[in-house]
Amino acid sequence: MDNNDFLTGWGLSLMVFLPLAGALVMMLIPKAEEQLIKVVALGTTLASAAVGVAVMADFDYDNAGELQFVVDHKWIEVIHSTYLVGIDGLSLPLVALTLLVTPLVIIYSWNHFPEPKNPKAFLILMLVLHTGMLGSFVAQDLILFFVFFELVLLPMYFMIGVWGGEDRQYASIKFFLYTLFGSALMIVSFVAVFFVAGGESFSMAALADGVAERNVAGDLALSTQVLIFGGMFMGFGIKVPMFPFHTWLPDAHTQAPTQGSVILAAVLLKLGTYGFIRVALFILPEAAVEWAPIIGGLAVVGIIYGALGCLAQTDMKRLIAFSSVAHMGFVMLGIATLTDFGLNAAVFGMVAHGLITGMLFFVAGSVKERFHTLEIKRLGGLLLQAPRMGWILGFCVMASLGLPGLAGFWGEFPAILSAYNPAPGLSEELFRTYMVIAAIGTVLAAGYLLWLYQRSSFGTPTEEFADEHIHDVHLSEYLAWVPMLVLILVLGIFPNLIFQVTDPFMTAMGDTFQALGQ
Amino acid sequence: MLASLLQQGTPFLRPEVDFHALAPEIVLTGAVVAVLLADLFSSESTRGIVPSIAGIGLLAALVPVLTLALDGADRIMFEGAYTVDNFSLVLKALFLLSGYVVVLLSTNYIAEGDYAEGEYYFLLLASILGMVVMASSRDLVSIFVALELLSIPAYMLAGWRKRDLHGNEAAVKYYLMGVFASAVMLYGMSLLYGFSGSTLLADIGARLGEGDGLGGTTPFITLGIVFVVVGFAFKVSAVPFHTWAPDTYEGAPTPITAFLAVLSKSAGFVALLQLILIAFPERHDVVEPLMWVLAAATMTVGNLIALRQTNIIRMLAYSGIAQAGFMLAPLAVVGSNPVGAGRAVVTYLLIYAAMNLGAFAVVLAVARKTRSAEISSWGGLFEYAPGLTVLMTVFLFSLAGIPPLGGWLAKFVVFRALLQPDLTPGGVALAVVVGVNSVIFKPLPSVAY
Repeated sequence: MDNNDFLTGWGLSLMVFLPLAGALVMMLIPKAEEQLIKVVALGTTLASAAVGVAVMADFDYDNAGELQFVVDHKWIEVIHSTYLVGIDGLSLPLVALTLLVTPLVIIYSWNHFPEPKNPKAFLILMLVLHTGMLGSFVAQDLILFFVFFELVLLPMYFMIGVWGGEDRQYASIKFFLYTLFGSALMIVSFVAVFFVAGGESFSMAALADGVAERNVAGDLALSTQVLIFGGMFMGFGIKVPMFPFHTWLPDAHTQAPTQGSVILAAVLLKLGTYGFIRVALFILPEAAVEWAPIIGGLAVVGIIYGALGCLAQTDMKRLIAFSSVAHMGFVMLGIATLTDFGLNAAVFGMVAHGLITGMLFFVAGSVKERFHTLEIKRLGGLLLQAPRMGWILGFCVMASLGLPGLAGFWGEFPAILSAYNPAPGLSEELFRTYMVIAAIGTVLAAGYLLWLYQRSSFGTPTEEFADEHIHDVHLSEYLAWVPMLVLILVLGIFPNLIFQVTDPFMTAMGDTFQALGQ
Repeated sequence: MLASLLQQGTPFLRPEVDFHALAPEIVLTGAVVAVLLADLFSSESTRGIVPSIAGIGLLAALVPVLTLALDGADRIMFEGAYTVDNFSLVLKALFLLSGYVVVLLSTNYIAEGDYAEGEYYFLLLASILGMVVMASSRDLVSIFVALELLSIPAYMLAGWRKRDLHGNEAAVKYYLMGVFASAVMLYGMSLLYGFSGSTLLADIGARLGEGDGLGGTTPFITLGIVFVVVGFAFKVSAVPFHTWAPDTYEGAPTPITAFLAVLSKSAGFVALLQLILIAFPERHDVVEPLMWVLAAATMTVGNLIALRQTNIIRMLAYSGIAQAGFMLAPLAVVGSNPVGAGRAVVTYLLIYAAMNLGAFAVVLAVARKTRSAEISSWGGLFEYAPGLTVLMTVFLFSLAGIPPLGGWLAKFVVFRALLQPDLTPGGVALAVVVGVNSVIFKPLPSVAY
């Protein structure tokens, strides 16, 4: 299939920068014209999504392992950075997820703006965030990637810091400092890898080639690569977040407004795992082999720790946040196996977690709006008071605990399975131990999720809310939720929709690691 | 007797003077005189033209800078003591433009307070003239003259709020520390001159390169280098020579604080760069460890103390100290990568000037409304001044080095200089220190929302 000329040259850039253009237009609209502002915001995200869909329709799925729609343009020549964007089987599912989630969040916001309202500023931040997220997934140049990666930070910081809950100052600064700390070490690694690979280009492919060439020549110490990988590990590991660096996440999620939580869970965390595959593993495969046991170990610690953390929570949103730590642990375990099977599972896990946890945060937000609390012991009987919302919560809980037939299953199960047979060069005993621990984690996951569901939805409403009229699902909530619910089901039944897109890229990557081990 | 002495000396030859090369300085001198005369002959009602003359004078001096830049040729005068090249032109433009911004910042502040106006602009322009001269000086004597020309007016300006105790404290501290630094530096210069027999930086560089030819004098040269560097470390407020800065910044009129934090500090860096790159290139065994320690200490201490400040100007002062640390960092690898280090410092200076002047401008504007520089008084700023809040956010995040803002590029070139061309342990360690330090930053704006 030959790609359409216009889309090839402009498609991705248009998709990425339309939201930013929309944000600029919105700045010119007076604050009082709320309706117009909302329409412009939704319109630009939908337009961006339309361009994205056109790109995906034109995407050559037979060569999904190759970069397509590549645009390579001069950018900052002094530092050898180019404007290099492209999309392949690894980026495509995540781009699609981003394109879907942001418009849905805006629809959900329609009449649900958190205090202190100000939809104009809120939506402008949302659009800037959208550009940052999309840009991160299509950038193929390290500096460009870094700029987009960091661009995400500011809007999220303000969303938490301005529209957040009571402890928003603390949570937003914690979020900001943690992430910035990671990226500071990451940029050192980026510059170091640039010089190690010859100092001619920041393009990821060129860097990978440069490092590989020096490895073949044998004049690049493994310890140097391991150190550079360490810097990237800090940057991406904090974003994921991996076990000892996760403490910002529960605070950020709990304090963030619903919209912020959804985007944080659905897309932002994926920047970390995506970065691991796209940057760290891709450019420094030899160091990845050295790091894999540590990453795998931290991943399973995260699975168990997250699950135990969930069991100790009294707040619904905090519980979901800790469950994110556990779920991202599965994704990281898949990555740590360094096999095509595990990596495919990881990408599926990212999309599935994005949809499911995003939905859980949506529901939690709606519950909070109605009951003005998320304390689990004060809730109860949601199925009686708002049956539709109760069933939707139930559906998401089932998906989250990995029920076969729903999307969550295909993220967790293959990840566990792949640990049985990690890439050559990694200890089988170690990874099989990880596998067993991760499997125990799924049981704990079922435990805390069912416990949450039981306490919040079964039984009768607590006395406090017994006489209150609780409105069931609104129209804007339906509009925002139905696409995600449908996708959770569809991806659960036809997981190949994603696997066949990601597989070519992952097979190539898996082959690299196979070759390294021999 | 006198006649016989004169006969022994070489006959005096008038040196060639390239008036085009000196045009920026000449125009600026003209502006200084014009400001003084305008103040003298204007009545109370027409005094408003003084700042206008000062501003126009600065912009007029920029014109020859531009023509020189378009011309592109390096002009070397007085046997190399005064050089006009691209490096000096870029910095002259920086000084003139930043000076113009400071004049704009001062106009309301000085007119509204009970201050002497004409002298203020006279001193300001004289100090900027010193900086412009500094950018071209390639000789110990002209560096020293330029330094004093820019410092002495600054001492007076720092105490411009003469009825305010803090103002007096600011001026006295700044003056005593500044004079002390000058004395130390002068002693170092005398050592360097004594052993190299020349005040020209290029000659000193060549003599230091001869190494053993100087016999057992190396420790004295080391001492001379250390003294000179320490003198400028005062000027750029590097830790542990920074103690004057916060008090002086707080007590001085805010436009002068901006002036000291941006222009005066940049001038110090310019001199430091010229000395290190031209006079000490053979002695980076002394310069590199010194710079490493100064840079690491400066950014860490500056940032940590900035976290604890409750006054926005003091916070900016400490953050400025930390920024000086970032600028010193590339000089710690100057031996292996002189060009990269020089470029990194100059790039950082340019971006630093823009973002720091911007931050001070917002502080001035807000302080006019709130009559306070305490951070707590900024609460709810977004409600009544959304534009200023957004601007402040941009400037502060740029100072923190968040892409896609300019401060990020500044940090990036520092990283690049530190890691280029080979990964040296010292460079990598300092890069990590820089990295960790870019995080320690107080996200002030959240208070404002």
